Amino acid sequence: MRILETQKLTRAFGGVIAVNQVDFYAEKGLITGLIGPNGAGKTTLFNNITGLDQCTSGKVVFDGHDITKLPAYKISRLGIARTFQNIRLFKELSVVENVMIGRHYKSGDPNKGRFAEALKSYFKLESSEKTIYEDSIKWLSFLELEKAADEDAKNLPYGLQRELEIARALATEPKLLFLDEPAAGMNPQETDHLMMIIRKIRDLGITIVLIEHDMKLVMNICDSITVLSYGQKIAQGTPAEIKSDPIVIEAYLGKEDEDE
Amino acid sequence: MLSFFLLILIYTGIYSLMALGQNVITGYTGMLSLCQAGFFAIGSYVTAILCVKCGWGFFATIPVAALLSAMVGVLIGLPTLRLKGDYLAIATLGLGEIIRNVINNWDSLTNGPMGIQKIPKPSFFGIEINPYSKWGYLLMVAIFVLVFYLLLKRLADSRMGRALEAIREDEIAAGSMGINVTKYKVWAFAIGAACAGVAGSLQACFSLSVTPGTYTFMVSVIVLCMVVLGGMGNFKASIVGAFIIQLISYFPQLVGISNKFPAQFKQILFGLILIVMMIYRPQGIMGRSRRSFSKTGRSCPFKFLASKVRTVFKSSKEAGR
Amino acid sequence: MGSVSEFFQHFLNGLTLGGIYALIALGYTMVYGILKFINFAHGDILMVGAYIGLFIFDFLRGDKPLSAWWFVAFMIAMLCSMVFCGLLGMFIEKVAYKPLRKATRLAPLLSAIGVSFVLSNLAAWLFGTQSRKLEYPFDNTPIVIGSGSNAVSITPHQILILVASALMMLILKLFVDKSRMGKAMRATSLDQDTAKLMGIKSDHVISLTFAIGSALAACGGMLIALDFKVYATMGTMVGLKAFVAAVVGGIGNISGAMLGGLLLGLLETFGVALLGIPQGYKDAIAFGVLILILLFKPDGLLGKNEKEKV
Repeated sequence: MRILETQKLTRAFGGVIAVNQVDFYAEKGLITGLIGPNGAGKTTLFNNITGLDQCTSGKVVFDGHDITKLPAYKISRLGIARTFQNIRLFKELSVVENVMIGRHYKSGDPNKGRFAEALKSYFKLESSEKTIYEDSIKWLSFLELEKAADEDAKNLPYGLQRELEIARALATEPKLLFLDEPAAGMNPQETDHLMMIIRKIRDLGITIVLIEHDMKLVMNICDSITVLSYGQKIAQGTPAEIKSDPIVIEAYLGKEDEDE
Repeated sequence: MLSFFLLILIYTGIYSLMALGQNVITGYTGMLSLCQAGFFAIGSYVTAILCVKCGWGFFATIPVAALLSAMVGVLIGLPTLRLKGDYLAIATLGLGEIIRNVINNWDSLTNGPMGIQKIPKPSFFGIEINPYSKWGYLLMVAIFVLVFYLLLKRLADSRMGRALEAIREDEIAAGSMGINVTKYKVWAFAIGAACAGVAGSLQACFSLSVTPGTYTFMVSVIVLCMVVLGGMGNFKASIVGAFIIQLISYFPQLVGISNKFPAQFKQILFGLILIVMMIYRPQGIMGRSRRSFSKTGRSCPFKFLASKVRTVFKSSKEAGR
Repeated sequence: MGSVSEFFQHFLNGLTLGGIYALIALGYTMVYGILKFINFAHGDILMVGAYIGLFIFDFLRGDKPLSAWWFVAFMIAMLCSMVFCGLLGMFIEKVAYKPLRKATRLAPLLSAIGVSFVLSNLAAWLFGTQSRKLEYPFDNTPIVIGSGSNAVSITPHQILILVASALMMLILKLFVDKSRMGKAMRATSLDQDTAKLMGIKSDHVISLTFAIGSALAACGGMLIALDFKVYATMGTMVGLKAFVAAVVGGIGNISGAMLGGLLLGLLETFGVALLGIPQGYKDAIAFGVLILILLFKPDGLLGKNEKEKV
């Protein structure tokens, strides 16, 4: 079952077409990789889906909802969470507070307005904060970050900052998690740890879509891979299929040796 | 001398309220607003007009002052809050000037530049609070500051406070966490405006008259200075900042050397404080207030009270069974 | 509307007012283009420029009666004032803004507010709170063109404003578009780090930007000082409106600042003359325009859409 689907999604910046008529989809419960050379439009596609940027034309359907024109916060509430290519933590806040912000929507009655909920939490501060705190610690422990809970987010080492971003995203209890280059800047051990985490998240039943340049990671953990080049989808298939696809090799894999 | 010191404390209280509001807007949410003076003016004029022209009691005017300030804040905020921070600063600066402009020109309502005099002294259940005797007034102002401090502190400790801080740290990430950024910004703005409105009410009935000249841009900058000096994102610090700034402003008079200083001396000093603080200690004297989430539970001003109420409630429920 | 000539008269008045706004708006826009922050103290530099010009002009003309020498003296005064303010702008940048380049977004703004406060109050202290008059360096009797109901009048002062602002903008435009330093400026505003890698001394470029912006402000300050008086807070309102002009045109865009300035001047004049907005609320026009522009075209008329990269 496709939990997410884009239909002829196009995003043009003036004359430059960053994403061109892309039909991208993610199967429920699987890990989908999104790869392609730099500037292929991967992050733009992410931004269009998660509401940080509006597409020029096309449609995004998530879990039966048309989310094309929705603002980011509403999309998040429907169950899409994401991390960012250049880490965007709440730097001055502590690690646990970062995750607690992730709990903003889910802690409370989902049928009421968020603001009404926030007001209610004002009067029941003690109990509501305690639940939020405990839930957040749970997510931190899931990523083995609970020891750093009271640290300032900005003081975490780089690899842990990336993991904290994942914890924060998970705290929103998403159905679908977007990871934008989660392994960027990580050493091999950290990357291995990350792969373990990603599998663990998948085992929770959360669908994952990830952009990554680290081919070892992508080929190892992805169930399905979509390849973008110059804004267009050029291939889609299992890792084995992608590895042997001549178009992909020409557009992307063939260049890998020069790149790194 | 003592009476003069009391005066300083009363002004500290009035400005503290404004600084608390500014801290919600600037310290917590990270929006640079420069029109506390405008909301201050609205509060003052609401009280003055309702008291003098409609014969209302002072305390009845306070909610109106707070509400009207907040409403003007929201009206102006809605279009401008979507903007980048720098635009907001200018737009709010302009707003402050427009409010003063309107007050100056709307003769039938505000008496224009003449202002409104003879505001009746406030009375509380028949007890008249005489601004000239100062002690009583100081007590009243202190209660207001305390109540607002506790209310806001609790707000900051709640989920809403955390949402505001998330917006300050990173709007885009906050949105991706399911926070409706615009809505919270508007609320922060409204709360900040309401605080200034209440401060305006207190100011009006303390001086027993209002004139447009009181509500210049300078007031907004002084309030900002208090927040920056104390520490952004820390309510206690705002009150401390307000006290320090008031002490500096009246220090020459307090020790009787005011004739040795030019009138602009304090303003120049405030400007320098802003620059120097930004360069050497941007977090202010006290820095941001940090919440602790240790297992013993979090510090909370109402905690004791709340737990008491809860136990009483619980026991009565059990008794009912 | 009365007649074509009346319309033309308002147009002329609006154009002169707009010329001044444009001159000052350039300072905002140039600084914003490079450092991405609003120099709140810009309006106060304008005030300092007006004072310096006033002093030099009064000193030079002495007791001599009105003659051609007055005009020469005025020009010398303007030149000196521009140089002085240029240096002042560079100095302020070094002291109050440069240490904050890597700080949070709010820091330089707050620092700039501090600078503005210091400048205006220092002026009030040193030069007194009485406003002063800068004499016209020429006979300012309006020149009437045409006759009867078709007459349009223009004062020599207006001519001076139009000529001076057009000249300044032309020079600036040529400088930025054609010169080496101008190219460095544009490069720095596009991407400071890359410009640095290309061997551009961005510190120099920033200093120069402040110098040019402040010099233009001084020029604008002297031009308005002729019609309005010189006092410590004279720069606040004009500065604000010039900023609005910069935003209307698209902040960071030099041609935009010119266009925005002219447009705002015209809107204000016509707003009062034709729409019957009371004089007392004239200042509100600019902010109404600001809010409208920000709502419907937040990047200004000529601005580029700049979205934060995610």
